Amino acid sequence: MNLSFRDKFSNFSFVLPALAIFSVFYLYPFFYTFVLSFQKYDLISNPQFVGFDNFREILFSGDPWWKNDWWSSMYNGAFITFWALTFQNILAFALALCVDKVIRLNKFYRVVFFILPVLSEIIIGLLMKQLLSGEPIGSDVLNRWLYSMGLGGLTGEWLGEETVRLVTALVHCWKGFGWAFIILLAGLQNIPEQLYEAARIDGANAWQTFYKVTVPLLLPVMALVFVLTILGTMQAFAMILALTGGAGGLTEVPVMRIYDHLRIRMAGLACAEGVVLGIILIFVSFTMLFISKKIREKYGVLPS
Amino acid sequence: MYYRAKKVVTILLIHAFLFSVALSCIVPFLWMMNVSLKHPEEFQKGLIRKSRFSGQEQQELIDARVVREFEEDKAYLVWNVPNEKILRARLKKINYSYTKIQRVQKAWEGSRDFGLRPTATFRWENYRTVIVKYEFWRYFFNSLFYTFVTVTAIVIISSLSAYAFSRLQFPGKNLIFYMFLTAMMIPLPAGFVPVYVLLNKLHLVNRTGYVFAMTNMGLSLSIYLLKTFFDGLSRDLEDAARIDGCNKLQIWWHVGLPLVAPALAVVVIFNALNVWNEFVLASLMFTEESLMPLQVGLMEFSSRLVTQHTLIMAALTVATLPIILLYLKMQNQVVKGLTAGATVG
Repeated sequence: MNLSFRDKFSNFSFVLPALAIFSVFYLYPFFYTFVLSFQKYDLISNPQFVGFDNFREILFSGDPWWKNDWWSSMYNGAFITFWALTFQNILAFALALCVDKVIRLNKFYRVVFFILPVLSEIIIGLLMKQLLSGEPIGSDVLNRWLYSMGLGGLTGEWLGEETVRLVTALVHCWKGFGWAFIILLAGLQNIPEQLYEAARIDGANAWQTFYKVTVPLLLPVMALVFVLTILGTMQAFAMILALTGGAGGLTEVPVMRIYDHLRIRMAGLACAEGVVLGIILIFVSFTMLFISKKIREKYGVLPS
Repeated sequence: MYYRAKKVVTILLIHAFLFSVALSCIVPFLWMMNVSLKHPEEFQKGLIRKSRFSGQEQQELIDARVVREFEEDKAYLVWNVPNEKILRARLKKINYSYTKIQRVQKAWEGSRDFGLRPTATFRWENYRTVIVKYEFWRYFFNSLFYTFVTVTAIVIISSLSAYAFSRLQFPGKNLIFYMFLTAMMIPLPAGFVPVYVLLNKLHLVNRTGYVFAMTNMGLSLSIYLLKTFFDGLSRDLEDAARIDGCNKLQIWWHVGLPLVAPALAVVVIFNALNVWNEFVLASLMFTEESLMPLQVGLMEFSSRLVTQHTLIMAALTVATLPIILLYLKMQNQVVKGLTAGATVG
């Protein structure tokens, strides 16, 4: 189709607002991150070029370097991600399988399990803090409940030094399992009924059907959930901020460090940390996708 | 018969499992609402009905500083002892017998509260305190404002460009569209840092800047969703409109938008929840109380009033209830919107 210049321009003007906002608030900041990460900038005085200093400080400062604040925050993030990948996703998968089976209350469960993902991380964090925290001293409600129900042996300092990391991870799982559940359930319901029938006619028992039909067909969805869990968990921090406030470094996650550094006006360092985390995340998610592709090829299932 | 029984048991077990998880999702919120309606003394110390004791006993217990009169409701007494030890010591002082001490202690244990018992006082005043005295209405309206303006902007801007990407020809079309797509795929864990720096430089650390930044955040996904929806529609109606003499803008407004209404609902809900729940950028940008949205206000509020559990609960309820009600009303769109946001991105 040959268009006059006027037409081309008037057509183009439809995307102009989006393009303008996108350029100013996405493209420019995107490239600006890389510039800033080589600078020292306190948002007031002029930025100074410092070469790789920011990266050196993040990655290799401290003695030994793998125990410095950045790597321990990465460890905390990885710890929570580990629980999200295992506990949260297995729970979500079990729930999806069950909801797929039952006919009654099916809708009710679906609605209820998705309440938590709808609410903000701040609300969840603050609510759980009210339930678990002993601040002000002696106000830890969960412990009082356990006492009054005669389960005094189960009480503990939930947000104390030893348990805080695990409790944070579990709260994160509690908030997040609805996601994985909904996606996995949609995947399960996409599996054609004929395949199950065929398996039944061939004499497969329930376990064989699960192992030979459900799991292979669900692999792409599982891979998606896996990658989403990793990306989501490594970038989550508002809930942790509301729940523990970092707990003196025990539950400090990478994005919380970035946020704190920006608050104390170390924009260059914050950007460098963002670049490091972004590269790690991209690397990890591509590796995951690659592995899942290999597994799928091994199973001989067509990618969908 | 055996198989039937086995099946029933399996189903029951499955329901037990599902139901316990569902309870874990609901109970904290019921607890929250329950506590938000309590008198602080009821929550922390526990109330006991006067009728549990005889008149003489009541006086004895008050004199021994085991209980106090409860000002809110004359039918109740408030416990005035922090722990079991002190309770027993005070009761021993007034020469209560062992069995009597046991009885009082049991009553004490049974009436300790912490939100497990339904509220006796129904203190709606908590809400008034939170909303009026601590100016929660301001946070609420700020959130409403940001959400409304951002979502409106996103709907107009993204539907315009989605329409163009789907229907109109112009140079660089595919390049620009793929640019938006790529933007959705790349994880930007510190995306808020350069945006904040940029707004700082432009002197836009205010409502306008925030709305712009939030608009940008939802743009790519909304364009993608609407474009794919437009692609699936037939062009007959638009052709008819064109023959009737509509120009492109009129077609977009009168034909395009009504046709993509189902996708628009998803876009609206996804973005509304996104803005409503956004915390990071807002907390960096708004240090003034009068500009803070709900999430930032909640954080401020709870750090200022750490000891006021009932008030914090009232504040949390104010923030939670509208979202839950909205969600229950439009579950399908909410689920669709949020999962689209996750799985496409």
